[in-house]
Amino acid sequence: MSDPTPYAPHAPGSQPPLDAPAYGSTHKRHPKLAPIRAPLTLTEATSPRLTPERFPPEADMSRVNGKDALGQRIIVGGRVLDEAGRPVPHAMVEVWQANAAGRYHHPGDTHDAPLDPNFLGRARLFTDAEGWYRYTTIQPGAYPWRNHHNAWRPVHIHYSLFGAGFAQRMVTQMYFPGDPLLPLDPIFNAVPDEAARDRLIARFDLELTVPEWALGYRFDIVLRGPAATPFEEDHA
Amino acid sequence: MATAQQTAGPYWHMIDFPEWADTTRFGDEGPRITLTGVIRDGAGAPVTDAMVEIWHADPAGRYDAAFQGFGRCRTDAEGRFRFTTLKPGPVPGRGNAMQAPHVLVAIFARGLMRHLLTRLYFAGEPLNETDPLLALVPEARRPSLIARESAPGVWTLDIRLQGEGETVFLEV
Repeated sequence: MSDPTPYAPHAPGSQPPLDAPAYGSTHKRHPKLAPIRAPLTLTEATSPRLTPERFPPEADMSRVNGKDALGQRIIVGGRVLDEAGRPVPHAMVEVWQANAAGRYHHPGDTHDAPLDPNFLGRARLFTDAEGWYRYTTIQPGAYPWRNHHNAWRPVHIHYSLFGAGFAQRMVTQMYFPGDPLLPLDPIFNAVPDEAARDRLIARFDLELTVPEWALGYRFDIVLRGPAATPFEEDHA
Repeated sequence: MATAQQTAGPYWHMIDFPEWADTTRFGDEGPRITLTGVIRDGAGAPVTDAMVEIWHADPAGRYDAAFQGFGRCRTDAEGRFRFTTLKPGPVPGRGNAMQAPHVLVAIFARGLMRHLLTRLYFAGEPLNETDPLLALVPEARRPSLIARESAPGVWTLDIRLQGEGETVFLEV
């Protein structure tokens, strides 16, 4: 059996550090010792078979039991690719978010904003053979958090993705264009590279927008891709 | 360039499904084991809002068989995670190496800007002595990766995110 092809290391500045001082919760939770660089084996190069049969998809968060949630209805769609530009087909994508008032359907969320009985705020999708995904939801609201005085999270939707190898596993957040809270947010700004931050912001997309129905936003996601071959590395 | 990761935050339980903590729920045969442990932070306080995922081979060491091998579990008010699964077999490593039975463990939480990866090995496995990854870990830190059988079929491994006895985390 041939050895699995290693994944490329992350580009410098493209990922947030575990020690992000402006984000208070990292203080006691980031490891202080360097990680061990482990060779890629079958364990990290394979991924669970997450099939729609075992994990039924639900791609419409905008209504519960046929009743419409309150707020601006939106459609979010895009493509999941790897760093080599190849589509990631049949990948399971989970999303979760606050409601239009900025409140999560979660017992830990005590923000004084109304819950919406017609909004739960989670979905499960699978990319198609070309890596495309799409879901319908309500534009979430911003909400306060206690990280620092007068701290508010920018409007965002959480994403969880599985690739073809567990080494590609990723959790991230999608933001919205023009949000005035973005420059103030320690989580968004923990990503050092400006271009990498910008790619976390969806863009309005008239093609995804459905007339008389919902605004469309495009959000593409890139998972880790294969490392350059040893030949290329030797001559880089 | 891969998309930047962002913390799973405190409300990831929106995608918590308690039955996922049992990887055998689709009807796999074989003796069940429990994988459990407490996650603590740099102050020794339990991490009560973490999402823990496991991924491992089936008892024959295969990743391409029918076995689900994937689980997700929340830590509880004591910081404890608990999975029901089957014990994995040895898995081929790179080259002609053989890896000792192990479970890949991923930890996501508020305060973790990106998830942490580690492995759980099983005490008493002869292959632990020659496992290629364990060989990369300084001997004094290896115990942070090796679960003990605290009761028959119950394998316990506590995880320390930071500080004294800090768990060995992996970069792959």
